[in-house]
Amino acid sequence: MSGRRSLSPSPRALHPLAWWAWAAGMAVTAIKTTNPLLLALIAAVVIFVVSSRRTSAPWARSFSFFLRMGLIVIGVRVVIEVLFGQRGLPGQVLFTLPRVPLPGWAAAVSIGGAVTDNALVGALVLGLQLAVILLCFGAANTLASPYRLLRSLPAVLYEAGVAVTVALAFAPELVVTVANVRAARRLRGRPVRGVAGLRGMAVPVLEGALDRSLQLAASMDARGYGRHRAEAGSRRMGTALVVAGLLVVVVGLYGVLDSGALDGAGLPLFALGLVLCAASLLLGGRRSIRTRYRPDAWRWPEWAVAFSGLVAVAGISVAEALGVAGIQYSGTPFTVPLLPVLPAATILVGLVPSFASPRPPEAVPRTAPALAASVSSGGVS
Amino acid sequence: MIEVRQFSFTYDGASSPTLSRLDLRLDEGELCVVVGQTGSGKSTLLKSFNGLVPHFTGGRMSGDVVVDGRSTRDHKPRELTDVVGMVAQNPAASFVTDTVEDELAYAMENLGVAPAAMRRRVEDTLDLLGLHDLRDRPLGSLSGGQQQRVAIGAVLTASPRILVLDEPTSALDPAAAEEVLASLTRLVHDLGLTVVVAEHRLERVLPFADRVVVIPGKGEPVRSGPPQEVMVDAPVAPPLVELGRFAGWHPLPLSVRAARRLAGPLREQLARAGPPPAAANTSDGEAVVSLRRLSVSFGAVQALREVDLEFRRGSVVALMGRNGSGKSTLLAQVVGLRRPDRGRAQVLGKDPAGLPPRRLIASVGLVPQDAGLLLYSDSVAAECASVDHDAGLAAGTTSTMLDRVLPGVPRDHHPRDLSEGQRLALALAVVLAPAPPVLLLDEPTRGLDYPAKERLVELVRQLADAGHAVVIATHDVELVARAADRAIVLADGEVVADGAARDVVCHSPVFAPQVAKVLAPDPWLTVAEVRGRLAGSPA
Repeated sequence: MSGRRSLSPSPRALHPLAWWAWAAGMAVTAIKTTNPLLLALIAAVVIFVVSSRRTSAPWARSFSFFLRMGLIVIGVRVVIEVLFGQRGLPGQVLFTLPRVPLPGWAAAVSIGGAVTDNALVGALVLGLQLAVILLCFGAANTLASPYRLLRSLPAVLYEAGVAVTVALAFAPELVVTVANVRAARRLRGRPVRGVAGLRGMAVPVLEGALDRSLQLAASMDARGYGRHRAEAGSRRMGTALVVAGLLVVVVGLYGVLDSGALDGAGLPLFALGLVLCAASLLLGGRRSIRTRYRPDAWRWPEWAVAFSGLVAVAGISVAEALGVAGIQYSGTPFTVPLLPVLPAATILVGLVPSFASPRPPEAVPRTAPALAASVSSGGVS
Repeated sequence: MIEVRQFSFTYDGASSPTLSRLDLRLDEGELCVVVGQTGSGKSTLLKSFNGLVPHFTGGRMSGDVVVDGRSTRDHKPRELTDVVGMVAQNPAASFVTDTVEDELAYAMENLGVAPAAMRRRVEDTLDLLGLHDLRDRPLGSLSGGQQQRVAIGAVLTASPRILVLDEPTSALDPAAAEEVLASLTRLVHDLGLTVVVAEHRLERVLPFADRVVVIPGKGEPVRSGPPQEVMVDAPVAPPLVELGRFAGWHPLPLSVRAARRLAGPLREQLARAGPPPAAANTSDGEAVVSLRRLSVSFGAVQALREVDLEFRRGSVVALMGRNGSGKSTLLAQVVGLRRPDRGRAQVLGKDPAGLPPRRLIASVGLVPQDAGLLLYSDSVAAECASVDHDAGLAAGTTSTMLDRVLPGVPRDHHPRDLSEGQRLALALAVVLAPAPPVLLLDEPTRGLDYPAKERLVELVRQLADAGHAVVIATHDVELVARAADRAIVLADGEVVADGAARDVVCHSPVFAPQVAKVLAPDPWLTVAEVRGRLAGSPA
């Protein structure tokens, strides 16, 4: 019964890059279509997978934030359309806003005017597309720990990665600090709102943040962060290579994009810059003595998850090439959108991770839910 | 293991050295407790063991600190990782990764330990510190005691020979502190590690100590030796040692067990001298705070459930319970920082959340756990002046109050440069200046040495006698024994015990102060009571 066993892999964290590949596939699919039915299907697939594989870790709590952001994006898109939208689209006029006369130099912008149902539907669809892309990004953030993602980076980028992790950990800390400072200001009988409140709070909040980063730096140093095998010479060499490489890349890129400049030397320069950067990565990798604890494995569930995202992109691209109707939907003229079968089917393949990926370790009912357990057991357990 | 020779250190911009000409030798396999008053340089000494002083802090140093043959003069902290493990005061602020297992592996990754060895060492450390069930948990979801153990594990995986901890139990409730100390003794006994601990709550760590190092400060020479000898006349002493000194016990008992075996004659003497003081009456006085069926929850967590309480003028109430049992939430309700989900909180008959700022600070004052949060100005004098201004008081009121709380706080210092005791005094003065009838203190003794604690007890008693209602949320059972009339124990947001402090603490194995444990079953709480009874009786 090896087939059955392979369908329920033992609990472990999926490789973060697999989740990002899947989410990127879904996002690219969303970029390629404006059909509200397909967009809604993508959103449903993403939400289903997230709810079946999320953990109770702090980063996993951000999904509802992305959901809300999505709704806000749709709302903002519609409001902008109503206020500043293009006028003169066909369709039934729903209501008319008073037009604000603008000076001649601002003729490209119009404020107010008649709003048609087609314009509104178009805005809704574009808002929905943006919201779905945001949702895909949120899903990747929720399913893969940002820290684990950084651990998969090459050794040289790791140090930059740590800076990002620290910044990520910093945001929730900042929320706590702000709450504390607000509370303390109230205890002192000082304003907590308005400009005076803000000014009074900025200094203690920044002070708290600075204190924390100093403590963290001390702790990292004391635990061996930044130990290198080689002497300072090769380190300076590596830095010089990176700087030079990036400079050459920028100059080369300028040459490539602006064909008139540099007399065609753009492409070779661009390539040279890339080689320099690669050399510095190699040099840095040799210098670093870091090893990795339990590097994330890439096995068949990772392939399945990453591939399912790719299938969705392939499906919609093929349908596009074949000229299947209903991939784009403009709302003009106003009709009920079609549901093209091929893209819809390949989007549904995006559901594969909900059963092919291993359960995250935490979701296994081994102990009580994390937060409740820590609060009720206090310090005793 | 550690050799300190003629070590002096002066912070940048400081007028006098923090440590001067210090000589010290610590051997392998010892649990060493560093004691001294605040400002004596304990933390500085600890940080010098792994080179954070002077490499990280800056400053001027002379002399030498040699750790396992390596001088900190030419070894940076990161080059001493495999010799000295340093656990900072606040473990949560030192976490670099996001789950327990990754945090344990972090130091080894930096050292380039081979993956197989890394895996094995993480497993060993999880078992050694009892963290096995927590391996996948996000660090933020752990309790204080668990976080402290993870922080210890995180430096332990680099297999250092020395472990240095700065106040590892001061933020923990008694049970969590026991759990951390038990882990530490296990490391000393099973692995032969050298453990150096600085701790103000001596009563907690002294029973486990092999050596006590007293830093008297003011440039006097350091004293170091077995605890029984050093504690006979050390400037700081936990109640047990004080009792031993008073009764003339020899050798000096360091654990409750040892003291009980010697205490027979003292118990008989006390029984002849008369009964212990009666439990305080806690139902007198006007009720100034009333909480009715108060419920508060944070998401799925119920922080307070149907709490019914009254706080009265003229009494000091101790609020006890594990970390996370709802103590701080309850205080936040009394000052109206958050509206309750159900039920109501009233101060002097008004809802505190609805009071305008000036009325609020004249009715109720709260000193939070981190007293520094209350202070914004860049000098003590400016701080006092701003309180006078905010509260509409006559100029100089706060300054006068500060002198009452603690005389001699330098007015030109920045609040951050004050000692813990001075900073708490300033925060107290700030809160007390508008004369609120209700004073709330959240964990006020963290980081306070015994003399500063003594002053706090005196002040709290004076305030109660003057008709204030004082509520102290604390883990410090010795503070409760000395200052409180009434004690309330919270568990999971519910009141599980409420009554005279003497009754509540003496009947609890967790919250009983040392003197009560030694002299049980008679409910004596402090050495002063015992001394007073024996001095006042002809026996």
